[in-house]
Amino acid sequence: MDWNSIWHFIFGRLTMQAFVHDPIMAGAGIMEIVALVVAIGLVTYLKKWRYLWKNWFTSLDPKKIGIMYFIVAAVMLLRGGIDALMIKAQQSTATADAFLSPDHFQQIFSAHGTIMIFFVAMAMIFAMFNLLVPPQIGSRDVAFPLLNSISFWLFAAGMVIVNAPLIVGEFSNAGWLAYPPLSELQYNPGTGVDYWIWALQIAGIGSLLSGINFFTTILKMRTKGMKMMKMPIFVWSVLGTTSLIMAVFPILTVTLALLALDRTLGTNFFTSYNGGNPMMYVNLIWAWGHPEVYILVLPAFGAFSEIVATFSRKKLFGYTSMVWALIAITFLSFTVWLHHFFTMGAGADVNTVFGIMTMIIAIPTGVKVFNWIFTMYRGRVRFTTPMLWFMGFVVTFAIGGSTGVMLSVPPANFQFHNSLFLVAHFHNMIIGGVLFGVFAAITYWWPKFTGFYLNEKIGRYAFIFWLSGFVLAFAPLYILGFMGAVRRLDHYDPSLGWQGLFIVSGVGVLLIGIGVALQIFQVIVSVLQRKKNPAPADAWDGRTLEWSMSSPPKEYNFAVLPEVTTRDAFWEQKLAMKRHAPEPVKYQDIRLPKPSFIGPLIGGLSMVFGMAVVWHVIWAILVSLVAIIVVLMVRLLRDHDEQVISAAKVEKMEAAL
Amino acid sequence: MGKIERLLSKGARKSWRVFEPLWHFLSKIFGHRAVVVIFSVLIGLFVISLTSWAAYGRAVPVLDPHGLMAFKERDLIFLTVILSAIVVIPVFILLFIVAWRYRSSNTKAKYEPEYGGDIKLELLWWGIPFLIILILGIVTVIATHALDPFKPIDSDVPPVKIQVVSLEWKWLFIYPDDSIASVNVMNIPINTPIDLYITADSPMNTFWIPALAGQIYSMNGMTTQLHIESSDIGTYPGYSTNISGAGYSDMKFDVNVQSKRDYNKWLSKVHTSPLVLSDGYYDDNLSHPKTSEQMLFKLGDSLLFDKIVNKYMNNIDTVSAQNTEGI
Amino acid sequence: MSETVMEMDIIRQERQEVANRKTLGFWIYLMTDVVLFSSLFATFAVLRNAVASGPSGQDLFSMPFVLGETLVLLTSTFTIGMAVVLAKRGFKIAALFNLLLTFGLGVAFLVMELTEFTEFVHEGASWQTSAFLSSFFALVATHGLHVAFGLLWMLGLGIKMIRRWGKETDLGRLALLGTFWHFLDIIWIFIFTFVYMIGVLG
Repeated sequence: MDWNSIWHFIFGRLTMQAFVHDPIMAGAGIMEIVALVVAIGLVTYLKKWRYLWKNWFTSLDPKKIGIMYFIVAAVMLLRGGIDALMIKAQQSTATADAFLSPDHFQQIFSAHGTIMIFFVAMAMIFAMFNLLVPPQIGSRDVAFPLLNSISFWLFAAGMVIVNAPLIVGEFSNAGWLAYPPLSELQYNPGTGVDYWIWALQIAGIGSLLSGINFFTTILKMRTKGMKMMKMPIFVWSVLGTTSLIMAVFPILTVTLALLALDRTLGTNFFTSYNGGNPMMYVNLIWAWGHPEVYILVLPAFGAFSEIVATFSRKKLFGYTSMVWALIAITFLSFTVWLHHFFTMGAGADVNTVFGIMTMIIAIPTGVKVFNWIFTMYRGRVRFTTPMLWFMGFVVTFAIGGSTGVMLSVPPANFQFHNSLFLVAHFHNMIIGGVLFGVFAAITYWWPKFTGFYLNEKIGRYAFIFWLSGFVLAFAPLYILGFMGAVRRLDHYDPSLGWQGLFIVSGVGVLLIGIGVALQIFQVIVSVLQRKKNPAPADAWDGRTLEWSMSSPPKEYNFAVLPEVTTRDAFWEQKLAMKRHAPEPVKYQDIRLPKPSFIGPLIGGLSMVFGMAVVWHVIWAILVSLVAIIVVLMVRLLRDHDEQVISAAKVEKMEAAL
Repeated sequence: MGKIERLLSKGARKSWRVFEPLWHFLSKIFGHRAVVVIFSVLIGLFVISLTSWAAYGRAVPVLDPHGLMAFKERDLIFLTVILSAIVVIPVFILLFIVAWRYRSSNTKAKYEPEYGGDIKLELLWWGIPFLIILILGIVTVIATHALDPFKPIDSDVPPVKIQVVSLEWKWLFIYPDDSIASVNVMNIPINTPIDLYITADSPMNTFWIPALAGQIYSMNGMTTQLHIESSDIGTYPGYSTNISGAGYSDMKFDVNVQSKRDYNKWLSKVHTSPLVLSDGYYDDNLSHPKTSEQMLFKLGDSLLFDKIVNKYMNNIDTVSAQNTEGI
Repeated sequence: MSETVMEMDIIRQERQEVANRKTLGFWIYLMTDVVLFSSLFATFAVLRNAVASGPSGQDLFSMPFVLGETLVLLTSTFTIGMAVVLAKRGFKIAALFNLLLTFGLGVAFLVMELTEFTEFVHEGASWQTSAFLSSFFALVATHGLHVAFGLLWMLGLGIKMIRRWGKETDLGRLALLGTFWHFLDIIWIFIFTFVYMIGVLG
């Protein structure tokens, strides 16, 4: 029994060397630790641990969980954005090793993509689900409140794992999808790909559980009278999104597991030897990956539908058509995945089929844009910040969609695949579609959940910087694509004439950075000025039920669950109230789930499990796994406790408005 | 405008004084906000044009191709742009007209809060995109089959066969019929079909010569094909588009399209090269992870390509360990 | 007085709604499990001939043995069905006895499967040998893992029901466990057909 084997038993393949990084990575790691220490120190100094634990971390209130998702997503947006700045800076120099080595550069763009998709975009949409779905359907809660908390904490565990490489070990250099054989042990024996696998695997299970949760919520917990065709259109978009989540996240789970098996147990699914087939991985990962991007964008569509209708003071144009378009997009998104690898050589027949399916999906998407425009038609449109984001969205998303059509023709795709044209296209869709939608939604629903408005003026400036930054950042990339520039290059021959365009693109990213800074500034200023800018319950003269709750809402959302007869239920309620006086309200006891520590516990154990697998610490793998199973078994076999808010208390809380 | 002035430096303030009257004039006509938008768009376009002009005279191979396949692919690209524009341009026009006319301060516009549907309009915007996609779909069926990378080029000229191997982090070109090989450079004769057989001894890469043809993946243990032909003498860059490790950005190669005479001269010159690409040389040098300069070889083993593919099909670590019967 | 009766009604209605949600949620989870297994089946289908230089299904699989495993699992599906029905009707001893039988049969199934795996590894056919074997082990072992989790669930629920019989929520849990167990049986039929039978027939 020598020192070495004792160390290996306790720490697996972790060595002190794993903490040594080059200066930039070390700097980032130190910043991360400092930020953590400052945050922990602040909470300790203000003596808020008990408050945080009781009211936020263990809360089963979807509104709290939604806000926690939002905060984590916002922080991750900063990290992903800094990654983007570094990418642009290195690319603008055109020289190898200018300040990022190729390996470091590759880790940065892999982290950028992974974090932006899984820990920013997905988190933002789960924040939207948690905050908006229960009120919009007239419910107080989701179908499975504890599962909701567990989902959030699994996501948080994934976030910790994906950020750990800044401090210990290294991250993957294989891109945000880690194609084999590059991601196999043969070419990547270190911890990078393992970190990537387990961060996504754990967060992915959280996403799957959320999908099941919100799907069931929408089907089973709509308030009295709210038939499916009377639901707000945002809820329809969530139904489509959760259907996609449930159908495809198991594929991701399997794919990541098989890659993990290859890397830990020596199996041969995607290796180059012994019959392994990397093409299978490509198919599986995109069978998940394409629906994933629709998972990101459908809620943005739903949010825009609500926003345009409200700010046009008009009902949504073509509600039925919009619903069918959502359903069509949901189904069609399963049939197009091969368009991500036309160039892998599947043959003309296969390529043709998938190319045509891809084009077809453009049709319902285009329909939605026309319906939005005609919602404004013959309305009275107020151009508040959410509407500005909408205008920016239509312009950018239309261009992105047409580049998508260009990419969908296989022979044309052969000249675009993995070039900067492709990079410009998908950023067009994700920033112009998903991110603009998220920003519009944040500004629109902020007053509801906080009780005060966001500063309009700063919001407009942020929008201007984001839009102009976006155009400057990505229009040059389209041109570069035509010039034959390939993606993920850290250096190139300056005589090709690409450098000027890269620099302009870098300036664009800086402008976006200013936009982000303005958004942070906007939040700070709005919080400081919140007494001067209070928001009533009906902050924007809204149409859907969430606007009938107080701003911010009470824990139970509605004192009395509403009864609904039409679409745009709240609008109808307001019209009805104008006609006759409201009836006296009869309060009843309200039962809500009690807070539970199971969520944070499972999250913590999962984080230990993930890190243990990455570093091959066998005892920790076993202990955490057994602990998770035991905790779940004990909890699931118990009947849960509830807290009761008595009718008298409800009456008092309502009167305090 | 005092706010803006305060933000600008002295020099900028001087130039602002020139623009100020123009700004005021336009604001009176279009409204302050519109002028901000128009100026921002103009500045953006100016910056982009400036940098595009900086790239003027540089190659834009996708739009200015020099190969058979790339020409046809460019035509397809133009077609898709036109078809998309049929939808996108009306969308933009409609968006801005509707947004402007129905802004809440314009009380002259009709206000119909219950106007929520119109079957004729729905048919229009489900129908027209459907027709466009139908046209594009038919074109796709034909074009995808015509431009299948595995489809040989129809020509009377006998093709030149070149075998391509992606390595960490360079490209190897084997001319089995001419007994030569090269690294990171490929010379081909003009107006001759070139049959490329592509494999990998590296992570997945992609073989792309934008000026000549579309790209195709290179994969371990598998052979993909690309058939190219060029009618323009010149040197065209080629790349890999799929990351394959630290040296990925260095996987650039040059394709020299030469006249038949120059090409034959080049073949003779390579035959005098002191370097011989034997199996041993391949295992000891080329298959190690390292970038490379352009190199020219005499080909020591005409079955080298097959042996490389065979490494992965039959779990053999090196090329040298294989004898001819083993394939 | 009538207010308390109304309260009880409301509580009962809420409990029923919660039970309905749980059932729907569980069925939906089973659908996601179908997708999970489909991905494993698809991988197996693609890789089933990639035997490298190792053994194929024909060399390894023993149909009589697999038939034995199938009969064990099918019988256990019957016994758990009985347990659910009997429990609903209130027959405590009979229901728990059937549950015990199911547990025993499930354990027997897993023992048989582990024996098969150990034999393969001894013959040189491990999950590292070829892509075919990797996908075989992944698919069949994932099913086995699901069975193991089902057995854990059975153990926990069984012990709970022995100590405290007749809770509405526990009967609901038992019914869901029964559904889970039937689902695993269906997956096994697919494995039996597409992995073993077709593997042996070549």
